[in-house]
Amino acid sequence: MTNMLAETMPLVEALNVSRRFSRKLDYAEKIANLFGAGLEEKTVHAVDDVNLAVYPGEVVGLVGESGCGKSTLGRVMAGIMPASGGEVCWKGQPLTSLQGEDKRAMRLSAQMIFQDPMSTLNPRKRVIDLIGEAPKVHGIVKGREMRDYVAALAERVGLDPSYLDRYPHQFSGGQRQRIGIARALAVKPKLLVCDESVAALDVSIQAQILNLFMDLRQEFGLTYLFISHDLGVVKHICDRVVVMYLGRVVESATPDELFDNPKHPYTQALIRELPSVADRRRVFTPIKGEIPSPLHPPPGCHFHPRCPKAFDRCRVERPVLKENAAGHVSACHLNDLAVHQTTNATAEPAI
Amino acid sequence: MTPVLEVKNLSTHFMTRRGALKAVDDVSFTVGQREIVGLVGESGSGKSITGFSILGLVDPPGRVVNGQILFNGDDLLKMSPAAMRTIRGKRIAMIFQDPMMTLNPVLSVGTQMIETVQAHDRVSRAEARQRSRDALGLVGIPSPEERLDSYPHQFSGGMRQRVAIAIALLHRPDLIIADEPTTALDVTIQSQILFEIKRLAGEFGMALIWISHDLGVVAALADRIMVMYAGRIVEAGRVDGVLTEPRHPYTSGLLSAVPAAVPRGEPLRPIPGFAPSPLSRPSGCAFRDRCARATDICATEPMLEIAAGREFRCFHPHLWSAA
Repeated sequence: MTNMLAETMPLVEALNVSRRFSRKLDYAEKIANLFGAGLEEKTVHAVDDVNLAVYPGEVVGLVGESGCGKSTLGRVMAGIMPASGGEVCWKGQPLTSLQGEDKRAMRLSAQMIFQDPMSTLNPRKRVIDLIGEAPKVHGIVKGREMRDYVAALAERVGLDPSYLDRYPHQFSGGQRQRIGIARALAVKPKLLVCDESVAALDVSIQAQILNLFMDLRQEFGLTYLFISHDLGVVKHICDRVVVMYLGRVVESATPDELFDNPKHPYTQALIRELPSVADRRRVFTPIKGEIPSPLHPPPGCHFHPRCPKAFDRCRVERPVLKENAAGHVSACHLNDLAVHQTTNATAEPAI
Repeated sequence: MTPVLEVKNLSTHFMTRRGALKAVDDVSFTVGQREIVGLVGESGSGKSITGFSILGLVDPPGRVVNGQILFNGDDLLKMSPAAMRTIRGKRIAMIFQDPMMTLNPVLSVGTQMIETVQAHDRVSRAEARQRSRDALGLVGIPSPEERLDSYPHQFSGGMRQRVAIAIALLHRPDLIIADEPTTALDVTIQSQILFEIKRLAGEFGMALIWISHDLGVVAALADRIMVMYAGRIVEAGRVDGVLTEPRHPYTSGLLSAVPAAVPRGEPLRPIPGFAPSPLSRPSGCAFRDRCARATDICATEPMLEIAAGREFRCFHPHLWSAA
């Protein structure tokens, strides 16, 4: 499947994408600098030189802890936030080169679904307008036909069409999330970027929404970039899982490969610490330390201050992503050691 | 050995314009000494209000309308506010989900901790500071002496939760009620907190009520588990028993709704429908509208059945062979 996908063009691709957020110096600080205070702009590297291709029909999971840049990367790839370095390509075309009609079409084709639907749904609008406004404005549906169009969509996502004239606050969390999904689907998108879309929901409602996502994928031929901190959810629905740590991709593989054979010590820790009902461990073996501030990321491998296997090279040199097996890449200096050892091991019997 | 806490027929209602909202409805349970009890349920099931009721933290229009809460044999509901203050924070402590909401943002952590010590014990400021520093060290905060002078915003989320735990530990309480303390934390940080809590509870012989919606967390931590639905405890028992052989259909429904319960890529099995509004709960078993096993008899109130250390309220429990 990976080979087949590799031949087609990615739907959306991030090429060496970086996103920095910086706070400009204010007047007092600029004046202080005139007197030689040497103050510098504070810059957060939310996303640091990331490559990620999402192929048509794929479900890619983006996991990581808070502050690792997964949401920022999702926004950059959905085209709602510009990259500060690198290029995002939509069907091979750089987003920055798209003009006029093409740009509009791309914008409609990539839609986002957020974590908290209450803060993304206008509380003063009725459901019919929340869902129907965008397709009407973009000429997908005529004003007269809007109600039928929205009713069909609402029914598809599991909302009672008789509730179309209600306001968002009259719905429960799960239903609100369904409104958010219907709104995204209303403009016939190709790509859905789901940013922690099920994180705030109870387990049973979460299962309902995840099932809905999977059904919609079949029905509308959707591609998903599924951002979550919950490895259990990501494992279940994704074709490929990408693990981020402090702005960088540290590992990427199919879920089975990632869970059976994690290469990066951070991925290993994440999988080990995943609380599970089946596995009633009485001992916790947490990795030590805090997630470092993205204002001052450690040099070399970002994970080295917490890594139990760190050695000298990790402290100075940034590891690059290397392929461990078909479709499985990880960024860890241990890879080089492992390759070294296995080549030795295979070489010896030959002699 | 007498239990630390014995809750009998506790009902907490909120008086609203549309009638009494039964947040907690006839809940009974005990917490033994050194026992870790997990209280799980979906949002709105009444698990947090149960915790608040024990500490007398329910604000109007909410009111404990019925029941007894025996703490080491004394009924907390009959105590005067002054007597309650000598217990709250000293013998029973609470840890909340969001420590940013419970720590005062304009006071240094040290000031808040010293205040907590001096609220209950007549000790000098220096001694209170010493005890605060020890408590911070105990929960794994590096360089506790310097951190006493830091303000809450200078700590990360995980460290702030450690501070909240340190404050709870200051008086070595008999019972800690923890309300979703790791829900807002990342997986690796959650694991660190669970590790510390388990170690400290064992070290000081504290009992713990761990309120959570995450069955996985409770499975790893608790000795016993209580499952709440619509204001009632529908099932309780040893963690191993409840999670491997659930008797109540709601418990089994929760367990099979998690992604890990089905092979990858297959549809998940959610519980159909929604939890009923607390204002209009159906009579009888509140779960019957969503339950595949429900029959006519479920319209009457199921009694609590107690068998082999397991309690459940259901007319049609799952049967598991003894083998």
